[in-house]
Amino acid sequence: MKVLRVKGELCTQCYACEEVCSTNVSKERDRSKSAIGIGEKAVDTGRVDITTCDQCGQCIEVCPTNALYRAKSGVVLLNEDDCVGCLSCVGFCPSGAMFRHEDLLEPFKCTSCGKCVKECAEGALYLEDL
Amino acid sequence: MCGGCKTVPVDKLKESHKVYKTFNYQLQPVDKGYANRTLYINLSEQSIREKPVTQEMKDIFTGGRGFGLYHLWHAVTGKTKWNDSENEIVISSGPLGGITQYPGAGKSIVVTLSPATGTVIDSNVGGFFGPFLKFSGFDALEIQGKSEKDVIIFIDGDKGTVSIEDVEVTDMNTHVLVEQLSTLYADNDEDKKNIAIVSTGEGSETTFMGMLNFSFYDKKRNVIRIKQAGRGGTGTVFRDKKIKALVVKFSSLKGNSNHPADKNLLDETGIKMHREIATLDHKQNSMRKRGTMHLPIIMHDHDLLPVHNFKHGSHPDAAPILNWDTRLTHSGADGCWFGCTLSCAQVIHNYELKTGPYIGDKVYVDGPEYETIAGVGSNLGIFEQDHIIETNFYCDTYGIDTISFGTATAFAMECFETGIINKEITGGLDLSFGNSEVVLELLHQMARGDGFGKVVGRGVRRMKQLFVEKYQADPQFLKDIGMETKGLEYSEYVCKESLAQKGGYGLANKGPQHDEAWLIFMDMVLNQIPTFEAKAEALHYFPMMRTWFGLNGLCKLPWNDIVPEDNADQPEPEKVPEHVQNYVNLFTAVTGREITKEGLIAQAETVYNFQRVFNLKMGFGTRRYDAIPYRSVGPVTVEEYQSRAERYDNQMKEIIGVDPADKSVEEKLAITRQYREKQYEMLCDSVYKRRGWTAQGVPTLETLKRLKIDFVDVVEVVSQHLDV
Repeated sequence: MKVLRVKGELCTQCYACEEVCSTNVSKERDRSKSAIGIGEKAVDTGRVDITTCDQCGQCIEVCPTNALYRAKSGVVLLNEDDCVGCLSCVGFCPSGAMFRHEDLLEPFKCTSCGKCVKECAEGALYLEDL
Repeated sequence: MCGGCKTVPVDKLKESHKVYKTFNYQLQPVDKGYANRTLYINLSEQSIREKPVTQEMKDIFTGGRGFGLYHLWHAVTGKTKWNDSENEIVISSGPLGGITQYPGAGKSIVVTLSPATGTVIDSNVGGFFGPFLKFSGFDALEIQGKSEKDVIIFIDGDKGTVSIEDVEVTDMNTHVLVEQLSTLYADNDEDKKNIAIVSTGEGSETTFMGMLNFSFYDKKRNVIRIKQAGRGGTGTVFRDKKIKALVVKFSSLKGNSNHPADKNLLDETGIKMHREIATLDHKQNSMRKRGTMHLPIIMHDHDLLPVHNFKHGSHPDAAPILNWDTRLTHSGADGCWFGCTLSCAQVIHNYELKTGPYIGDKVYVDGPEYETIAGVGSNLGIFEQDHIIETNFYCDTYGIDTISFGTATAFAMECFETGIINKEITGGLDLSFGNSEVVLELLHQMARGDGFGKVVGRGVRRMKQLFVEKYQADPQFLKDIGMETKGLEYSEYVCKESLAQKGGYGLANKGPQHDEAWLIFMDMVLNQIPTFEAKAEALHYFPMMRTWFGLNGLCKLPWNDIVPEDNADQPEPEKVPEHVQNYVNLFTAVTGREITKEGLIAQAETVYNFQRVFNLKMGFGTRRYDAIPYRSVGPVTVEEYQSRAERYDNQMKEIIGVDPADKSVEEKLAITRQYREKQYEMLCDSVYKRRGWTAQGVPTLETLKRLKIDFVDVVEVVSQHLDV
């Protein structure tokens, strides 16, 4: 299973990863629809707080419709047809890595597709094969 | 529901499927929480039509229980009996019902004239029916009239049809019936999640404590499960109308099916609550793990768990039924509606039945809830988990309310133990406390409509009358130990030491059910409301807050069975102010109507007072009907007094100001009784005053006017009581 990992100390907050990620969700470049979250830079360490999904699967358990499932690749995916938009997964995600947007009926998450990794010029993002 | 029961082959079901009447309607989306139509069905005439929802209905009655009361009020006269044709069953969710983003938002509220009380009853129940009904196009379903033969009402929210039909070869008992109907009405197994069924069972036909099972599809386990509209005999009315089931099909549920005015606010409020539950539930009540099963041990520790017909609040042998952790399974999403992350809908699976017509079958048993554990367990002196599970299963599938069954059986048992009735009268049943085998036989008799089960199934009030008239019982003793008020059996808390809870039970509009006010801890344990004024204020605020949930299709549990981490530091923490603000946000987010915290209470107060007037209309509703049995006030018998002698003696000395030293137990019983009964009357005075009622408990014309329910017919009913 591929899992997105981060090196917050290398991040320059250029948001290129968020832009490319959002095209997965909305087919347009709109950072508010990104499944990776670039947060604040810590004053003391200079490390940027980056929210990503580690594919832990706790959202699968809390989903009442089985819309969330672990694919053969090991990555946790959402079947939008089965989702009733309860957002339980958003509230229960321990990493805050299940996102939602007011324009969208279903939440969205990182699928370890790697687009952001390719986009990141600083090498702050990488896929780890577990 | 059913692991191994035999069922009718699907082709046989299809062969016997007959459609008597069909009504087509225009499908249209819900708008800001309202479908803006209700569905009216008359079974005598086999007629079906839709009715508009007026702005006045929304402004005054809000929805849910409010809509139920509104429709029933216009359907019946003061002389209508529960089994008259004009009595209705009304089911309505409410404007917030069916939102998936916030926990506990899938409730249906059933309103009808009760066979137990003779007046209006309301029951709040989970499952998919209410939301699916609304999303199919109707804010409420009104069923009037009586069918000559068994019927199923099918609402197809995908196609826009309502039909009256039947499938003759089905079973009547819920756990089999829902499987059969689900198979018949779903296109395939995957489609079963889109079907919601309301049904009951054979016990509803022979008792006055019949209840309705509302189904929900458990996608985690791929089984149909049920929740109960338990109180007041709704199932009995259902079968009196010859309804076998209500089925609704709705296949396109999404997060915006309720078409909220402000989805962003709705989403944010919901996510905040999910996060709170995720991080705090396991540190608080563990509802996700235990549901209401976390309560027996707490109630036992505080001497509040009913034992032997509410004589005592604990028992040395109670340990086996105080902790259920090893019996439960968890799916991680055990809610009775989508998005309920409080997930209290616990289930025991693979339970092998030991008695009755389904002996040997392995079944799912929902619950047992606290009330069932106390009602059919401790209150009958039975401290065995399997007995409680077995009784729970059969009550559910037979359509019998576990609370009324427990309380009525406890009364019969005490009458047996005191010699008021004997084996000759019970048909050979030894109704001693603790006799599990006989309790189950009594239950099976109810389903068969024979034996002494039929007598107990009529409830405490009718047993009292029968035992006095036929067996020369002392009417005062039966009045003292018969745990009913207004004709409804008490739910399962010993309230002897909480004056506010005595009011919570006695002053409840529908009869002694704790969903109107549960104040024992505030009053007795935490001593937060020591004065009459404080108790009266609590008996104003909390019943209104809880009524509000029933207007909106909501569950009470996410309000105060989980609280924010800093709740204790907030002003009036008992109200859980942050959560009340959540409800303000939800109401505005869905309906687009601005409201305040006070506004929520005002909405509820309107409907609450209307229900009080409804009781007046039906010939009840004044002070004398708020009287409560002395068993709920203080010790009736010498045995009871002596079991807590130190407590009662101390109270006599310190509170009443009488030295108990030279008094006999009988004298002490009388002194305690005189004091406690007076306290209850003083409480009634305080509460009536706070609620804007006369000393007879009648809402004044000023109160009706303030609440904008001074309709001509309402004033007419009230005026008859203001001159007295």
